[in-house]
Amino acid sequence: MAVELNKFILAIIALKPEKVAGGGAPVFYAENEEEQGKLALTLSRITEGVAHDLENGTYVIVKH
Amino acid sequence: MLDSPFLQATLTGVAAGVLIRYSMLKRDYRQYPSYPHGTAIHLATAFIAAVIGSVAIPALIEKEFTAVTFLALAAAQFRDVRDLERMMLKNLDEINLVSRGAEYVEGVARVFEARNYLVMFASLLVGGATYIGNILYGLIVVAVTYYISGRLKGGKVIGEIARIRQGKVYFKGPNLFVENIHFMNLGIESIREKYLERALGVIIEPLNDDARATLASIGQRMAIAHDAASILGLYKDVDTAEYTPLLRRDLDTGRIGMVIVPIEKDIEFLLEAVERVPVLESAFRSPLKTSAGRKASD
Repeated sequence: MAVELNKFILAIIALKPEKVAGGGAPVFYAENEEEQGKLALTLSRITEGVAHDLENGTYVIVKH
Repeated sequence: MLDSPFLQATLTGVAAGVLIRYSMLKRDYRQYPSYPHGTAIHLATAFIAAVIGSVAIPALIEKEFTAVTFLALAAAQFRDVRDLERMMLKNLDEINLVSRGAEYVEGVARVFEARNYLVMFASLLVGGATYIGNILYGLIVVAVTYYISGRLKGGKVIGEIARIRQGKVYFKGPNLFVENIHFMNLGIESIREKYLERALGVIIEPLNDDARATLASIGQRMAIAHDAASILGLYKDVDTAEYTPLLRRDLDTGRIGMVIVPIEKDIEFLLEAVERVPVLESAFRSPLKTSAGRKASD
C-alpha cells in the first residue's frame, strides 16, 4: 500500500512577512497579488496539492 | 446413456446454475466484471459451484456421503474468490482518480461470493428435483430459482431513499458552497472561475432517519462520487486535486451536498446517475427499527 502524507501544508505563499513565521513548510514571499496567484498555481501543480486562501494575504498549499 | 437419472440431474443442474450466474453478470458502466476474461473466470467458478450443487442430492440418496463433504470444500474455495476480488479491486482503487472506497469494494467482493452460493443452491434444488421426479420437475424448479435469484440480486438505490435535486454552486470569498453547505476553500482565481463555469451541484435529501444515517456513511458517499464521475466523465488529472468531486453533509438537517466538475455538463443525467447508485449493504443503517431510534426521530 502506498504511504502518503495527507492534510499536510506543503508550502506557504505570503504577501506580508509579519503574518508568517518559520515552521514545517517553506515560505515563499510574493511581491504582489498577481505573483502570489501565479506562485500558488505553479506550486499546487508541482506538488499535486490544493491552494487555499487564508484571507489574510497568505495562501497555503495542502496535500489532501 | 442420457436415460440415467443421475446424469440428467447433473446436466440440468449444471446448465441451470451457469445460466443463472450468467444472467446475474451485468456488464454495465461499472466495467466490472471486465469482459471477456473477468466474465470467463466467473462462469468457470459458477460451473464448479453448479456441479457440486447438482450432485449433492442424488449423492445423498445413493448414500454416497463423501460426495456431500465436497460442499464444504467448495465453500472454502468461494471464500478465496471473495479475497481475490477484494485484493484486486483494492489495488486498482489506489490509482483511481476518484476511488470507489473500501465499502464499495467490500460490497462487490461479497456479491461475488454470495452469487456462487446462490448458484450452488439453485443447482442443488434443480438437480434434486430432476433426480427425484423427472426432467420436467427440474425445469419448473429452474424457472422458480431463476425468478428468485433475479429478486435477490437487486438492492436498493439512492433514488429510493432520498430526494435528489440540483443545487446552486457559488463562492463566498474563496469558499465554495452548494446552497448552504460548505465544501472547501479554493485560493486560485482561475480555478474558481472554472468551477463557476463548469461545476454542477446536487442536493441529496434523505427521506427518513434511516436514509439520513445511511447517507452519513463515508463509504456510501465515496460510492456516489465514484459512480457519478464514471458516468459523466471527470474534469481532473493527478495534478489537479481541486477538481475531485466532494460530498459534504449539512450537519443540521443531514442533507448531503455534492459538487462535481464533469466533462459533460448535464444536470439531468447527473441526477439520474446519482439516483441509480446502489445503497451499499455495509453502509445501510436502520435506526428506525429500534424503539429508541423511533422515539428519537421526532
